[in-house]
Amino acid sequence: MPDPARRETRNRWLLLTPTLVVLLFAASGPLIIVLIYSFLTPGDYGGVVWKFSLDGWFNVLFNRDFFTDQVTFADAHLSIFWRSIKLSVLTTILTFIFGFPTAYFIATRPRAKRDLWMLLIMIPFWTNLLIRTFAVMELIRNEGTINTLLMRLGIIHEPIQMLFTEFAILLGMTYVYLPLMVLPIYASMERMDFNLVEAGYDLYATRWQVLRRVILPLVKPGVIAGSILVFVPSLGAYVTPRVLGGGTDLMIGNLIELQFGQGRNWPLGAALSLTLLVIVTVALLFYVRTAGEEDSHHG
Amino acid sequence: MARGFDVRRQPGFVTLATICFLALYLPIILLVIYSFNAGSSIATWEGLSWRWYVSAWQNQQVQEATVRSLILATSASVIATACAVLAALATTRKGRFRGYSAVFAMINQPLMVPEIVTAVALLIFFAVIKVQTGYTGLGYLIIAHTAFCIPFAYMPIRARLQGMDLGLEQAAMDLYATPWRVFRYVTLPQLWPGVLSGAMLAFVISLDDVVITEFIKSAGQETLPTYLLGQFRRNITPEINAISTALLAISVVIVLAFYFLSRNRK
Amino acid sequence: MIEIDRVRKEFGDGTDTFIALDDVSVTIRENEFFTLLGPSGCGKTTLLRVIAGFVDPTAGRVTLDGQDLLGLPPFRRPVNTVFQSYALFPHMTVAENIGFGLQMLNRPKAEVKQTVDEMLALVKMTQMAGRRTSEISGGQQQRVALARALAPRPKLLLLDEPLSALDYKLRKEMQLELKRLQAETGITFIFVTHDQEEALTMSDRIAVMNGGQIRQIGGPREIYDRPTDRFVADFIGETNFLAVEVLDFADEQARLRLPSGAEIAAHAPAEGIPRGAATLAIRPEHTSLCDPEGAALKGKLSDIVYFGTDTHYHVALDGDTRFVLREQNQPGGHEARAVGDTVGVRLAPGTGQVLRD
Repeated sequence: MPDPARRETRNRWLLLTPTLVVLLFAASGPLIIVLIYSFLTPGDYGGVVWKFSLDGWFNVLFNRDFFTDQVTFADAHLSIFWRSIKLSVLTTILTFIFGFPTAYFIATRPRAKRDLWMLLIMIPFWTNLLIRTFAVMELIRNEGTINTLLMRLGIIHEPIQMLFTEFAILLGMTYVYLPLMVLPIYASMERMDFNLVEAGYDLYATRWQVLRRVILPLVKPGVIAGSILVFVPSLGAYVTPRVLGGGTDLMIGNLIELQFGQGRNWPLGAALSLTLLVIVTVALLFYVRTAGEEDSHHG
Repeated sequence: MARGFDVRRQPGFVTLATICFLALYLPIILLVIYSFNAGSSIATWEGLSWRWYVSAWQNQQVQEATVRSLILATSASVIATACAVLAALATTRKGRFRGYSAVFAMINQPLMVPEIVTAVALLIFFAVIKVQTGYTGLGYLIIAHTAFCIPFAYMPIRARLQGMDLGLEQAAMDLYATPWRVFRYVTLPQLWPGVLSGAMLAFVISLDDVVITEFIKSAGQETLPTYLLGQFRRNITPEINAISTALLAISVVIVLAFYFLSRNRK
Repeated sequence: MIEIDRVRKEFGDGTDTFIALDDVSVTIRENEFFTLLGPSGCGKTTLLRVIAGFVDPTAGRVTLDGQDLLGLPPFRRPVNTVFQSYALFPHMTVAENIGFGLQMLNRPKAEVKQTVDEMLALVKMTQMAGRRTSEISGGQQQRVALARALAPRPKLLLLDEPLSALDYKLRKEMQLELKRLQAETGITFIFVTHDQEEALTMSDRIAVMNGGQIRQIGGPREIYDRPTDRFVADFIGETNFLAVEVLDFADEQARLRLPSGAEIAAHAPAEGIPRGAATLAIRPEHTSLCDPEGAALKGKLSDIVYFGTDTHYHVALDGDTRFVLREQNQPGGHEARAVGDTVGVRLAPGTGQVLRD
């Protein structure tokens, strides 16, 4: 009789083969090539020359003057990093401010209705991000709905410039990533035992104290999950800033894209991509650790 | 209960939730409304008309992009779902095994790595292969889409498999069904709603992708989203609204089908 | 005939092993209603799953009519199981469920149909043939599970606590039904349960299991009246245990001295019992209250619990031992005794069983 454990192992890897081949070819494998490219020399017309160089990584943060060899900080990059992080944090906060009450609102509906309310959150989530961004764009253009309405009402005479500003990017990202905040918070809240809230009131807590001392700690895992789910794609956002922001060097995602045009710097682009990946990984690891701690607390 | 103290109420929450729902839908509703505008503005209403739908329908670029998008989404979702079924069978219900974490991380990688990074990686990798093989067809897009569709197809299938009663398969085996027949007559019919859900999610995800497609498409391989992205910097007419509305409609129909499919299971 | 020979099953590896089956041997005869009885975790279900083929034993042999079962996968064993959860296929109708086994055996369509009809009639489910399994009641699901397992005419039917999900009345009904089906089909049944009443009413023979071992095998009467060890006596029915001293043994009878000094005779295991300290097991219903004067046991009434059919009297014997006895209630009878009375316990001659410790 063949060893059943060995047979099972063989079958398992056989079943996994198609998936692993596809992923190695079009997901994990190419990342390794990015790593290699980040250590090569840029080609004259894009692409790379197969010669080892640390310039790609060096240029992420520094500039070397072509003539004087003087090293300075790459201010343009730093300001883009700063803007990306600032906008992502703000997006996370804004989605929380609107998403938390919404999740609470849905979780306190009658059980039979909750699915339907969640469907209302899910539909925008599963519809095209590009189109939702476009919808925001139509709203805030100079000749868009808001400005047209305000001008017709006589409140303003000149259109307010909203499109192609940082505000537009923030608004767009908040809009497109809002469902990602509601989803996990709602999941935690639905599991929450409302008897605990009653117990809180019974023990003299005010509404604010119940919210702060009972509800928030109970749904903390959902809040953390939601924040990560919003923060990570915000940081790597490409479409929303490209459509709503002005100029070309808007956020890290757009900065990376710039490096891959004609005559640009592929190794720098590769290094920037990996920098972004590292930041995201750190955020995810932070999440895994806190989620793990929460798990062990709950036994 | 007397209308005294409502335990569930929190001041201002209903207002914020209302704003949230309105904000989610208002822009989309306006976008849809103006796709029926008789005039060529997307902010001034000039009457009801189909003209922009007709014009989009007759636009050869749009036609080609639509066909390409549908071919791409169909092939990617079918392949991804097939892979995901096998992967779910291998990774679910049999307990942890050596390499489980690595496999799980790989399957979920497209969910965690920022799209722009994957896009750049594929751009570099496929550029090399294009030079080496000379092939520039739709295959690159199909395999790239398949890869990021796999986790979306995998999740509902795995969930379904985890919720499945192992006893049913044992009962079938007890009743003389060989392993293949157990799969064919018991496991697969049970798994079917999960497979369908997975395929639908994968289809929507592939249909909506813009970043990865934008980076790796060869010349003349516009899909609907990349076509739209290209048009945004130009003078926008309600034709864009019409195309967007059509694309939205497909997604919404599929999401609703998915919702009612999973609801009926309860 | 199924022979189970020194079957052993250990779970876990190396440092932390759990012995689910500890060298279990038993022979089950053709056409027998055989019950594995024991508390949860005693190994009864594991033994059943070894026979069905879902658990590979660590050591031992299992043969059915001389054919070795252990090398065969479940789908090659002429053995069918009625699962505890029934495991009915939710995507098939009642009739499709029943016909599944025969289909898998590639029997001709006409034969499958005929057998399914017979089975539906046998379990009185003909009306429900086209229903989905989710649309029928628990008792009906139970019948379908039974019909499905019987349809391929297995040599051996395994039943894994099949009645545990039913309510009391339905369970009583199904117990009789199972007996009838077994008699009609002539198939050997191995029945697993933790319910002693179920075991006593249905079985030809019972194996009482604990800690992965079979503690006693015998007919229901034998198990109940003549338990051989303390676990069996304690697990089945209610029992009073008294510390006694064995004075003498002959012919399955032992002379004992009770703590009170009185000497009585009691039944003892056939293989004998050494002189000295031993335990005497006495069923509550085999005793009655009497005058304390001259009684072998006496004490104070500490509790009187009314049960409808009978009344339980709790007696605190001299020396702090609690003794429970049971008397059937008579119509119009009234309580003649009160808590605190000093009472005697009458032991009919031959009452009680001396246990190996």
